[in-house]
Amino acid sequence: MALIDLANPTRFLRLVNPLLPWLAAATAVLFAVGLYRAMGAPDDYQQGATVKIMFLHVPAAWLGMMGWGLMSVAALGTLVWRHPLADVAGKAAAPIGAAFTFICLVTGALWGRPTWGTYWVWDARLTSMLVLLLLYLGVLALYWTAEDPGRGSRAAAILSLVGAVNLPIIKFSVDWWNTLHQPASIIRMGGAAIDPSILTPLLIMAGAFTLLFFTLHLAAMRNEILRRRVRTMQIMEAQRFAEAGA
Amino acid sequence: MLGPHADFIIASYALTAFVIAALVAWVVLDYAAQRRVLGELEERGVSRRARSEKE
Repeated sequence: MALIDLANPTRFLRLVNPLLPWLAAATAVLFAVGLYRAMGAPDDYQQGATVKIMFLHVPAAWLGMMGWGLMSVAALGTLVWRHPLADVAGKAAAPIGAAFTFICLVTGALWGRPTWGTYWVWDARLTSMLVLLLLYLGVLALYWTAEDPGRGSRAAAILSLVGAVNLPIIKFSVDWWNTLHQPASIIRMGGAAIDPSILTPLLIMAGAFTLLFFTLHLAAMRNEILRRRVRTMQIMEAQRFAEAGA
Repeated sequence: MLGPHADFIIASYALTAFVIAALVAWVVLDYAAQRRVLGELEERGVSRRARSEKE
């Protein structure tokens, strides 16, 4: 089956419906393994047990950024090819990406207080991550408040593409500016700078968070397709009543 | 086991669990709601296709 065949909403639903229970089960298993390994990981020599917050904070940050990357690709599909499934994918990803960005910011603040002595500083990494959350809220406002869904989708797609500029700023903010936030220690030249006893549970948790994101995203896309069918049918019913009354 | 900063660690895990639970509840309840409304519309004989000929 060609990849383009998946871009048909009916075929998409036919594939996703049996896939979702398996994805949900795999997510639950990976979370169980990840949490078990995270709780058994040794304390950091400087941060002590607070390093356990990293197993939530780092995957949430990655997925907050990945969600926006996904929305940017979907925005191209909406604006260039005007494909309805691309718009469905973008709209479904927005609340999930916003939730992961929120988790990243709050767990970061809870990690920062015992580590840095403060919940928040206006440094480049923290501020650019807050900007990402505000961009998510902007996209959600465009999707949820536009009277004409088509216009709202196009406006949200444009904001998704413009907001993609923020992704490299977040990634390289710790290199470009002098920040309180530590520099990259996993995805960097020369390999990860974390001991395997902590890196392994972190990667398992990142896998669990990623599976969770895609499970929720596919489920939210299914809901959005059904919502659009409901809307079409309600319009058809209203037209039928109007014709009968005329 | 969690040291002197246990409150911060527990709060982080509790908040994450709450947000994930809210996301799961959102997709599950939304799916049920859309299925219910679709079922009601189909019961009333409403179709997504426009009728080709006027009655």
